[in-house]
Amino acid sequence: MAELKEELKGKIIEVLNLEDIAVADIADSDPLFGEGLGLDSIDALELIVLMDKEYGIKLSDPKQGKSIFQSIDTMAAYIAENRTK
Amino acid sequence: MSFGSAVYIHDFNCFTALGEDAEANWASILAGNGGIKAHNIGFLSEVYASKIDFSTIAVDEASEETRLEYILSQVMAPILNNHKPSRRTALVLSSTKGNISYLESGKKKEAELYRLAKKLSVKAGIVTEPILVSHACVSGVLAISVAKRLIQMDQYDEAIVLAGDELSAFVLSGFQAFQAVSPFPCKPFDADRAGVSLGEAGACLFLSRDSSMFKILGEGAINDANHISGPSRTGEGLFRSVQAALEEANVEADAIEFIAAHGTATAYNDEMESIAFNRLGLSTVPLNSLKGYFGHTLGASGLLETVITLKSMQEGVLIPTLGFEKLGTSQPLNVVERITKKTVRRVLKTASGFGGSNAAILIEKTW
Amino acid sequence: MVEETYIEKVCIVRANSIVVDTVPRFSSDDSLFAEFSKQAFRQINPEYPKFFKMDSLSKLAVLAAEYLLEGQPIDDLALVLANRSGSLDTDVRHQESIQNEQEYYPSPATFVYTLANICAGEISIRHGLQTENAFFIAEDYPINTARSYTEYLLKSGKAKRVLCGWVEFFEEKYDAVLYIVSPKGTNKHSAENIKKLFE
Repeated sequence: MAELKEELKGKIIEVLNLEDIAVADIADSDPLFGEGLGLDSIDALELIVLMDKEYGIKLSDPKQGKSIFQSIDTMAAYIAENRTK
Repeated sequence: MSFGSAVYIHDFNCFTALGEDAEANWASILAGNGGIKAHNIGFLSEVYASKIDFSTIAVDEASEETRLEYILSQVMAPILNNHKPSRRTALVLSSTKGNISYLESGKKKEAELYRLAKKLSVKAGIVTEPILVSHACVSGVLAISVAKRLIQMDQYDEAIVLAGDELSAFVLSGFQAFQAVSPFPCKPFDADRAGVSLGEAGACLFLSRDSSMFKILGEGAINDANHISGPSRTGEGLFRSVQAALEEANVEADAIEFIAAHGTATAYNDEMESIAFNRLGLSTVPLNSLKGYFGHTLGASGLLETVITLKSMQEGVLIPTLGFEKLGTSQPLNVVERITKKTVRRVLKTASGFGGSNAAILIEKTW
Repeated sequence: MVEETYIEKVCIVRANSIVVDTVPRFSSDDSLFAEFSKQAFRQINPEYPKFFKMDSLSKLAVLAAEYLLEGQPIDDLALVLANRSGSLDTDVRHQESIQNEQEYYPSPATFVYTLANICAGEISIRHGLQTENAFFIAEDYPINTARSYTEYLLKSGKAKRVLCGWVEFFEEKYDAVLYIVSPKGTNKHSAENIKKLFE
């Protein structure tokens, strides 16, 4: 799980072009949206693409994303349970 | 404050899935038809969109015209017949993506938008440099303003305003990535709306200083400065665009008798419009969205919807909002639900789009 | 009513350097635009992470505007921009993401930049410009149209000042010439003077 979380942080930084943020700067429980990394609605959609492309998980309801994308913890847990690749 | 001489709209035309000219479109709308059907587009199957049927059109293979160029040439032809271009005639073209489908076969140069404008202006026999407005979904309304403003600055005497965009896998894939495509024909302003249906169309109109039935009273195109894809929560840019149009026209908001809204049927857009119109005190003014008939035709939409609205003013018949059943915005709106005989003198046309863009234009029926 | 209008200030970004009026403000040996623009933007504004999420055309427009608008009043400042390629650089990237059915992953963050006017929206957001916006596409800078349109905005009272110019980016080739037109200054807003900016 720890490995998946590290991998996920790296991918998020790359895909969302988070300049000046390193893997070590993101705590597993940090909120990704709002106060945390300050992600916005386009980032949320981009995370849905990331879930599909990297882990073969299709999220068709954007509302579903809200609970899954709370933090690295919640994302990793969902991926571990539902990944198809 | 108004500036320069008044500018009038003369002939108009459109070409959509519902018909090859304005008359055919009008008849089809009155018959209650909608152009949105399930289509296979690119790798995507069973997507609701409004697509012009080319199977019955005899396209001259030798002409090397793209579908979009054919649509635009056809829609412009009757206008050119009535108004032979002079040395002071402008062509103002509105398009967001032009011949973007060229990219599927790696033809980058061919996909350049300015080439489309040049090709059409040569074909039309217009000698001035064509002007191409590419401003997301407000392009069509903004193109009318651009033509009007340049006539008022005396750069031109008259203008052919032309707008077109094609249904493409390029745009559809993007709207799908935005999870903004409706799984059924779009339902503008409805409680169960679930996103846009895309479409394709061409539209055209002619502007000059000579008086005619339709006078442009005022217009504005103001940015939200809020977010590149999400509309402002307060409708600020749209609110200010309408205010600018009213100020130029020197009338109050209560002079507006009908609103031809943008109404894309996404949750955020329609909600934003309801907020902006309520801030302007326009909640009881009859309003429609024509997206249920034609889908969202992007750079064509603002001009296409203006054309149908001019026809509506001419005939004294208000067109309902196809797909609308139950109001689904937080603020009240008076959405037209059935064909209504009513003479309206002053009409507001609005549009909003990506990049935080908005545009509004106020048109008066002079007789 | 506004009578005379002037080109008040100019910013040119090309060949890895930034010149404001005639003063060189930044240059770099880095040949890639991504690296050049990052350094140049950081020098003038170290705290705007949104910049790094933009496509190249928007980066170019926002970078040039950042240098041009430094120390400038932005009250009622309209935008009139133009280029040749529209958003074609990003269009090609979006097309690549949908070209093959097996590798079909259209990206919302790429797609949103497949509209030419987004770069004007980015400038508006950065500086809070709730003002008139227009984006034109032409083979070369449409001097007469840009001039007339800008004059219209000022003379009709729809704007107090206008940020105008050219922002072109395609496959690493770029050129930005942005200028402010206002009722203040000495360099007349004439077609000849606009032409000189592009020489």
